[in-house]
Amino acid sequence: MKYIIAIIQPGKLDAVHEALGILGISGMTVSEVQGYGRQKGKSEIYRGAEYVVNFIPKVKIEVAVEKKMADDVVSAIKTAAGTGKIGDGKIFVLSLEDAMRIRTAETGADAL
Amino acid sequence: MRLSKVLIPLAAGLSVFSTPAFAQTVPEHGVFILNSLLFLVGGFLVMFMACGFCMLEAGLVRAKNTTTQLTKNIALFSIAAVGYYLVGYNLMYPLGDWAVDGVLSNLFPAIAVMEAVGVSAEGADDIAYASTASDYFFQLMFCAATASIVSGTLAERIKLWPFLVFTFVLTALIYPFQASWKWGGGFLDALGFLDFAGSTVVHSVGGWAALAGALILGARRGKYGPDGRVVPMPGANLPLATLGTFILWLGWFGFNGGSQLAMGTVGDVADVSRIFANTNAAAAGGSIAALILTQIVYKKVDLTMVLNGALAGLVSITAEPLTPGLGTATLIGAVGGVIVVFAVPLLDKLKIDDVVGAIPVHLIAGIWGTLAVVITNPDATLMAQLTGIVVVGLFTFLISLVAWVILDKTMGIRVSEEAEMAGLDSSELGMESYPEFSR
Repeated sequence: MKYIIAIIQPGKLDAVHEALGILGISGMTVSEVQGYGRQKGKSEIYRGAEYVVNFIPKVKIEVAVEKKMADDVVSAIKTAAGTGKIGDGKIFVLSLEDAMRIRTAETGADAL
Repeated sequence: MRLSKVLIPLAAGLSVFSTPAFAQTVPEHGVFILNSLLFLVGGFLVMFMACGFCMLEAGLVRAKNTTTQLTKNIALFSIAAVGYYLVGYNLMYPLGDWAVDGVLSNLFPAIAVMEAVGVSAEGADDIAYASTASDYFFQLMFCAATASIVSGTLAERIKLWPFLVFTFVLTALIYPFQASWKWGGGFLDALGFLDFAGSTVVHSVGGWAALAGALILGARRGKYGPDGRVVPMPGANLPLATLGTFILWLGWFGFNGGSQLAMGTVGDVADVSRIFANTNAAAAGGSIAALILTQIVYKKVDLTMVLNGALAGLVSITAEPLTPGLGTATLIGAVGGVIVVFAVPLLDKLKIDDVVGAIPVHLIAGIWGTLAVVITNPDATLMAQLTGIVVVGLFTFLISLVAWVILDKTMGIRVSEEAEMAGLDSSELGMESYPEFSR
């Protein structure tokens, strides 16, 4: 099993959700996060004084999938979330040791 | 009856009163009824400005200080009602009875008293003018507005109780004392100083008191970096700030329109109408000026400055909302908007931390508005306007400075560093505005 974490532009969440739905993933976790990558921050002006916003708002998506689906999920996120411009985000793929569905105590791939 | 500033409209009213045509169109005691009605409607419009100030300030402070700001606003409005009742009203309107001629009311200190329940025409204090309680109510709202101005500047770092003590001093003593010099028929009025609805008497006074407080209190921690850099602390809720500005804009029709102080003749009603239209024009001018200037100077429009610009336009027209035409009123307001765009960064250069921009809006635009009277009102002289600005300014600033220093030495006016970091909502009140939101 693989655990896939994607940091994307907030406005791309719906497109990614739709693309992963077509692939048939069984669930996802979404959170609003802030951070920076190569894009760094951006400067803004408030009442005549310039200031730097170091951490830019992004959306973080987490999905646990069977190993054979991982490549498809990564490329679906890449296609749905990409604009080709700086600030599109990143995808991380981690090995997932185990999982459990709390209601039934099923484990492994059955729990996904 | 009070209100020497109505002598001119009143005299005009009396001359019309004697003509038969007037008797046919206005019922008996119609002038009394209509004048009182103007005070009541104008008064509750000005009352709603308290809500406008409250929302503007709630929007421009950070979320961690919101509850404190709301608390200060409802408390100051209530304290003003007590201070003005106990001392302020009779200090402000001596009715010609001076302890020191033209300077200090001989009715001071005495509480305000209304007419009897169901008073008859014969028993009314002034049947040719208006009911005493309508006048009291209207004037109290102006006094409370002065106190509202101070709270925004000092936000996010002042302790609740010393601020409220100052509010009492301001509304019971400082505001009514200086207002008697003009509106109570005192020496500034005799000098020919003109201030129709209070660019100086209300707005600059609030601004001077706020400036004195800001100097003693100091800037918010971290506002000015060691290298002279200004660190912005953006407001938490710009929809609320915008709502507050619109509410103030609405309330201003009562503030300026009601200050005609009479509505019993064709001339007075037409004048109130002119004032409404001019007041709106000036707000629009101030807003547009700030809109265009921030785009040019900062490459992007700054909403908070546009809001300040509208308010500065309103303050600018307040000293003379009657005599200008619509175009001139728009331009007078526009200068107010320009003042804001340049005065806000200037105050930051001087390290005077004014959270909501009350000093540019009320003090500096108030001075401009008072000077601008000479443009359209032939009765105004530059010398008299300058005298009023300087006398009222010096008095208010110095007395406020003394009051703030005394409060600082006795109670301490500033919260601790830890409290400021945590936010006044948790340190001063233990109550957050949005407790269900995670930080």
